[in-house]
Amino acid sequence: MSGHSSFESNNAIVKWIEYRLPIFSFIHSSAVVYPTPKNLNYWWNMGSLAGVMLVLQIVTGIILAMHYTPHADLAFASTEHIMRDVNYGWLLRYMHANGGSMFFIVVYIHILRGMYYGSYKAPREILWWMGIIIFILMMATAFMGYVLPWGQMSFWGATVITSLFSAVPIVGDSIVTFLWGGYSVDQPTLNRFYSLHYLMPFVIFGVVFVHLWALHHHGSNNPLGIDRKGPQDSIPFHPYYTVKDLYGMGVFGTIFAVVLFFAPNYMGHPDNYIPANPLVTPAHIVPEWYFLPFYAILRAIPDKLFGVVAMFGSLLILFVLPWLDTSKVRSARFRPVYKMLFWAFFIDCLVLGYIGGKPPEGIFIVAGRLATALYFLFFLVLPFIGWFERPKKLPDSISTAVLDSGGGGAPDGAAAKAEDRG
Amino acid sequence: MADSTGGDGHDPSRRDFLYVAAGGLGVVGVAGAVWPMIDQMNPSQDVLALSSIEVDLSGIEEGQSITVSWRGKPVFIRHRTAAEISEAADVSMADLPDPESDAARAEKPEWLILVGVCTHLGCVPLGQQGEYNGWFCPCHGSHYDTSGRIRKGPAPLNLPVPDYVYLDDNNIKIG
Ligand code: HEM
Ligand code: FES
Repeated sequence: MSGHSSFESNNAIVKWIEYRLPIFSFIHSSAVVYPTPKNLNYWWNMGSLAGVMLVLQIVTGIILAMHYTPHADLAFASTEHIMRDVNYGWLLRYMHANGGSMFFIVVYIHILRGMYYGSYKAPREILWWMGIIIFILMMATAFMGYVLPWGQMSFWGATVITSLFSAVPIVGDSIVTFLWGGYSVDQPTLNRFYSLHYLMPFVIFGVVFVHLWALHHHGSNNPLGIDRKGPQDSIPFHPYYTVKDLYGMGVFGTIFAVVLFFAPNYMGHPDNYIPANPLVTPAHIVPEWYFLPFYAILRAIPDKLFGVVAMFGSLLILFVLPWLDTSKVRSARFRPVYKMLFWAFFIDCLVLGYIGGKPPEGIFIVAGRLATALYFLFFLVLPFIGWFERPKKLPDSISTAVLDSGGGGAPDGAAAKAEDRG
Repeated sequence: MADSTGGDGHDPSRRDFLYVAAGGLGVVGVAGAVWPMIDQMNPSQDVLALSSIEVDLSGIEEGQSITVSWRGKPVFIRHRTAAEISEAADVSMADLPDPESDAARAEKPEWLILVGVCTHLGCVPLGQQGEYNGWFCPCHGSHYDTSGRIRKGPAPLNLPVPDYVYLDDNNIKIG
């Protein structure tokens, strides 16, 4: 939908460059006049926030890399050196560590937004796939980053997660030895994780580009989930959404700053301030909070191989979501049954996350199995919902819906308010 | 483009003020966030803590030199001979590209303390060599005299004398 460009300039230098590299018209058509549904609400702010977070992780990461030493004997000390000696090192490391968490919060909301409003449906399946690939790459990146400070949680997290691959029949142990570069997590493991942790965000950057390419081809979905019928349904990206995105960044930045300055270790684990010790495992090891739902699924299944299969399956199943959902209606606003199912799924994910952080004993085992079953049940019943559910009547167009809702002169605000209720 | 959000009824100066105020605050905020990212490249606290060293001179016989490491750079400490001292003191200022008296460079004439980094492009000069019997830099041929002053070659300045103090007769603190 980047469409034709109406870009024109009288500046001789701009014209000279534009003739050779049409970069000005590209920016103009994709970020200035780019036609955007006029009814996007604040859930549509997450994409730009995720982009900002990726850049922030890369910038703070490159800085940390200037002071960090990827060696089993020195990594922990160099991380403490960052915290104590490097000018503003404490700030930069806390930005990076908490930035990872904030990045995941944003991306989780982004994914749930897509599920609620049916953004994964035609013609946005590839856009959806690119998003899931980014999500998986992010998990790999964050996992390897967490190993770098070489504390107890780093070491044992690395041991447990790499050992997942030992569940593979026949070649499992060889794969694990290959990943480790030895017979345990050690210097070779740390060194390669460091290299890959530095590389992956740039791979993510490339996939983000494809994600946006696909996005701009058909344009954004919207809270009503109906296609735009004409120019009256769109507004130019700039200034409307540039300002809205900036505003969102201000709010988000404030929340980030509160975490950063008042609770920088809240989302971390104290055991990671104990240097790695290959001879002693901490009593209770948990991954970072953003992995907990998947960790709960892993532990719910009392079989090594199937536990691992279920865990990866819970992620990979998202790829086929566009086909599991058989309904032609996108937005949950018009799908009473799906809407309930969505919220049940959402709560189930929170429950899984809670259980993932608890020791695998007593009630938590039963609850974990139940929640895991419900997670997959969501995807199983989805095809049938599409067949029997009777969707509410869809509005004729974005424009009529927006004006009907009584917003008068402020179509944008009216749509956002309607969403608060929905 | 910006005008499209407002009607003509707005006072333009009020809108301009909001633009400038918001933009100005944004610039201050970004600058505040960027400063830590720049300052982190300056020497860290542990590097600053190692910025001075103490050296015991008692074992260095007349005519001998030692090289110590200070802030990652070589520092030459030479126990000069009487001949070297008089050679350094007798030079006319007019002959020096970077005029400085020997007395100003050596608090006690028998001890010459120099940062051993050629003022041309940073190589380490060789001791007791060159046309002036002081230091000679092999990289591009700079000759220094027995006071470490540049006499010939591309280097513009004398070998610098670091800040140092005598803690007692036999011990100095550099830096
Ligand atoms: C997708 C983007 C990224 C994510 C999600 C991410 C995540 C993480 C996490 C969770 C940690 C452990 C934090 C701790 O407890 O100390 C970490 C550490 C680290 N990361 Fe990243 N990172 C990203 C990008 C980068 C990039 C681009 C670089 C380098 C160019 C980098 C360099 C480092 C270094 C040197 C450490 C170890 C120092 C430390 O532990 O604070 N990161 N990262
Ligand atoms: S560096 Fe010594 S002469 Fe060039």
